[in-house]
Amino acid sequence: MLRLSWRTPCAGTIPTFLCRLALLSASLTALGGCSTAVLTPRGPVASAEKTVLFDSLAIMLTIIVPTIIATLAFAWWFRASNTRAKRLPEFAYSGRIELVVWAVPLLTIMFLGGLTWVSSHDLDPAKPLASKTKPLEVQVVSLDWKWLFIYPDQQVASVNELVAPAGTPIHFTLTSGSVMNSFFVPQLGSMIYTMNGMSTQLNLQADKPGVFDGMSTHFSGDGFPGMHFQMHAVTPAQFATWVSTTRASGPALDPTSYAELEKQSSNVKPFTYRAATPGLYQAIATQMIAAAPGPPSRPNVDVFPKSEH
Amino acid sequence: MLLGKLTLAALPLDQPIPMIASCVVALVGASVVALVFIKGWAPYLWKEWITSVDHKRIGVMYTILALVMLLRGFSDAIMMRSQQALALHSGGYLPPEHYDQVFSAHGTIMIFFVAMPFIIGLMNFVVPLQLGVRDVAFPTLNSVGFWLTATGALLVNMSLVLGEFQRTGWLPYPPLSELRYSPGVGVDYWLWALTISGVGTLVSGINLVTTILKVRAPGMSYLRMPMFCWTSLASNLLIVAAFPILTATSAMLLLDRYLGFHFFTNEGGGNVMMFMNLIWAWGHPEVYILILPAFGIFSEVISTFSGKPLFGYRSMVMATMAICLLAFMVWLHHFFTMGAGADVNAFFGITTMIIAVPTGVKVFNWLFTLYGGTVRFTTPILWSIGFMVTFIIGGMTGVLLAVPPADFVLHNSLFLVAHFHNVIIGGTLFGLFAGYTFWFPKAFGFKLHEGLGKAAFWCWFVGFYLAFMPLYVLGFMGMTRRMQSYDVPEWRPWLLLAAAGAAVIFVGIVLQIVQLVVSIRNREFLRDGTGDPWDGRSLEWATASPPPVFNFAVLPDVSGEEAYWSIKERARASHRLSDEPDYQDIEMPKNNPTGVICAFFATVMGFALIWHIWWMAILGLVGAFATFVVFAWQDITEEEIPAEEVARLDRANRASRRARLAELEAATVQR
Repeated sequence: MLRLSWRTPCAGTIPTFLCRLALLSASLTALGGCSTAVLTPRGPVASAEKTVLFDSLAIMLTIIVPTIIATLAFAWWFRASNTRAKRLPEFAYSGRIELVVWAVPLLTIMFLGGLTWVSSHDLDPAKPLASKTKPLEVQVVSLDWKWLFIYPDQQVASVNELVAPAGTPIHFTLTSGSVMNSFFVPQLGSMIYTMNGMSTQLNLQADKPGVFDGMSTHFSGDGFPGMHFQMHAVTPAQFATWVSTTRASGPALDPTSYAELEKQSSNVKPFTYRAATPGLYQAIATQMIAAAPGPPSRPNVDVFPKSEH
Repeated sequence: MLLGKLTLAALPLDQPIPMIASCVVALVGASVVALVFIKGWAPYLWKEWITSVDHKRIGVMYTILALVMLLRGFSDAIMMRSQQALALHSGGYLPPEHYDQVFSAHGTIMIFFVAMPFIIGLMNFVVPLQLGVRDVAFPTLNSVGFWLTATGALLVNMSLVLGEFQRTGWLPYPPLSELRYSPGVGVDYWLWALTISGVGTLVSGINLVTTILKVRAPGMSYLRMPMFCWTSLASNLLIVAAFPILTATSAMLLLDRYLGFHFFTNEGGGNVMMFMNLIWAWGHPEVYILILPAFGIFSEVISTFSGKPLFGYRSMVMATMAICLLAFMVWLHHFFTMGAGADVNAFFGITTMIIAVPTGVKVFNWLFTLYGGTVRFTTPILWSIGFMVTFIIGGMTGVLLAVPPADFVLHNSLFLVAHFHNVIIGGTLFGLFAGYTFWFPKAFGFKLHEGLGKAAFWCWFVGFYLAFMPLYVLGFMGMTRRMQSYDVPEWRPWLLLAAAGAAVIFVGIVLQIVQLVVSIRNREFLRDGTGDPWDGRSLEWATASPPPVFNFAVLPDVSGEEAYWSIKERARASHRLSDEPDYQDIEMPKNNPTGVICAFFATVMGFALIWHIWWMAILGLVGAFATFVVFAWQDITEEEIPAEEVARLDRANRASRRARLAELEAATVQR
């Protein structure tokens, strides 16, 4: 089977504006310790996606850069005041040039199209990751405006805080309790929409322990900017400890507490549920539990202003 | 009951920013109206402009509407940039319920009420002139189309004063836009404004398609049409095919919101994915509706100012029509992240990339049009070269987003925002400004001030890079679009840079206003008597500036590509103009107020429906229909312009052309 090797371009060989800009931002984020960058992947999916991104960029830059230079050069050389330029006022057709002009973009796109086909299949969000470890199942429900994570095997749940063992694939099943959102942890890769009455699939993995920012990338209403969460990738031992501590205290997630949770609120501080009613996710995804009611007839002013910072 | 949902609470009395904004808008509007009446301009405006069915005047009115709305859309942009520059760890100065309206209004206004009317305005003005004909196929329908567009713009601006605008982003994605999650009137403002102006756009598209296919000068075969006519044809074919989808989609959402249907609701079997597919089945062709005429403008400008025919004309025609067809096959790339699966995503990713082929061909053909030319660096060609450089970068980031795995990490980020501004500003808007400068002397008989035009270009060009390159970086840093506030300090410097870029663009806009004022004041100095100020190559330059109402005294007989260039070549070879033609009486359509009256009732209906004032809605609907019936019953719709009048106007123009020819010959002899 055809497989492209994911080398890393952009290593100083293509000294272009965009590339430098990207590198600059990468170094800047490294300095500032910003953890939300697409350019500092911390998992196999994100790394592969970054590679695809820069490979495609490199392929296109090989045409783009000469074209930009030629545009500026032609315009300047053939300026009216240049007495040395050879004028060809009737030059309006050349079969050879036309051939080249169609062939160059066509060949590039064929090459890029091949890369697209292969990488789309390799990196399909629904495709399980190759690993010897059994994936951790996490069910995700986006709400106005917070994230609910249910761990069906552990029978616990958390809000705005995702804890998972590093080195273990995570299989997410996602839906929405109200409007559309998009689940995204930039350093782990692939985002995916959450929609009421439907489930989407996503497979991610963190290479090493760490804390990563997660967010919604699909605008979902007034509380949208306050809809982030943190993902804690921990060692398997720490994960086991977390599960047992979580089971020890806190409220339980059942249809009643879910009805309370789905009311509109933003910038919700992370908390956990010591237990989660089995089948709750399925009930939400299949609309056995109706979608959240939305705002009262007037905009909900209690959501803002942003509190504690 | 009498006023539906409309109460005093709809006025933003408790919010200072919208209150001040609406007061300023009301004040400016009132003073313009007052000025018109005090100066006694009202009858002139009514007779010569508002009721005009002349395609040139309608074109100019479209353009004015677009320029005014550009100021509104740009003030939204300034608010967004300044809010994001301030909103680190704080709420900034715009609360979310206001900020969300600002970005929704910015997108809606810039696409529907700036880019669209600007493009339609230029097409309306130029296409019949380039085709060498007297008018469009349906002059009154043309007027109706313009006034319905103005209705949409008026309704959007009304939301500033009464109630609110939508807070869902520029497209009302359900279920957020459904009654349950958006109970206010904002979404209704969008839906009615777009439904009404969408009908206007559709009739304008039908009109221009018919004109290009059916109304051409003798000898103007398809493959002799200037490039701008071809791209206009492609763009209007797309309008005719795509806008009904937009109207139907808004109609379905309206049924959901008004009559409790379940097309896109969460419950009752509604499906949000259907909305996404439908809206982008319109939305992606829409971007080609916007860019194709701009490609046409660049083709005209680059060829004229290089003093060469367009390189690879037939290849360009093929590329244009290929883009027109492919435009309908790529819509799914707007939601690769919906989980459609690898086969579907890869298919639509590749079809999207294929569009880059004809687009690339166009760029290379412009490049070879420059090659061997004698390039005169006027303002229009600066916009064109600025476009070529900028658009290539925007195209590249677009193809990057068409690679599904890359899109998985960049979708909905500021990278995406940077990309589409890169192509819409760097492509469409630069093209519109090039066209505006290029055809301004044709419309008004004098050129725009060159120095100020160039200064405005450089501000826009530099401002664009300053404002949007940082957004690419922010996209890589994981910043999503539509953030009213944020907590990541690393984003701040880039947002400040982007705000500085917006300020530079602001200087560019100010310079454009100054340019217009200065040019009008110095119009005698900038006057062009010949009607051919740029040494043009197509037929619009073959008549006087501004053209007489009938455009051409006699219809030109076209005998090759570049119709006007060959006429000029003949004159240069024979050292004289062609013989004076035999002037005839000309029948032209009479001005009539059908369009403006119809739009008045449409405005009443739209407003009433937004506020649930049912009696008024019925009144508006009946009124609009009655206007059509009255128009249909009119017997005399044309008036005759006598041959003597035609001869008088044409002889004046011929005299200045003769003088110009003599001048040129004298210059050649001296050399």
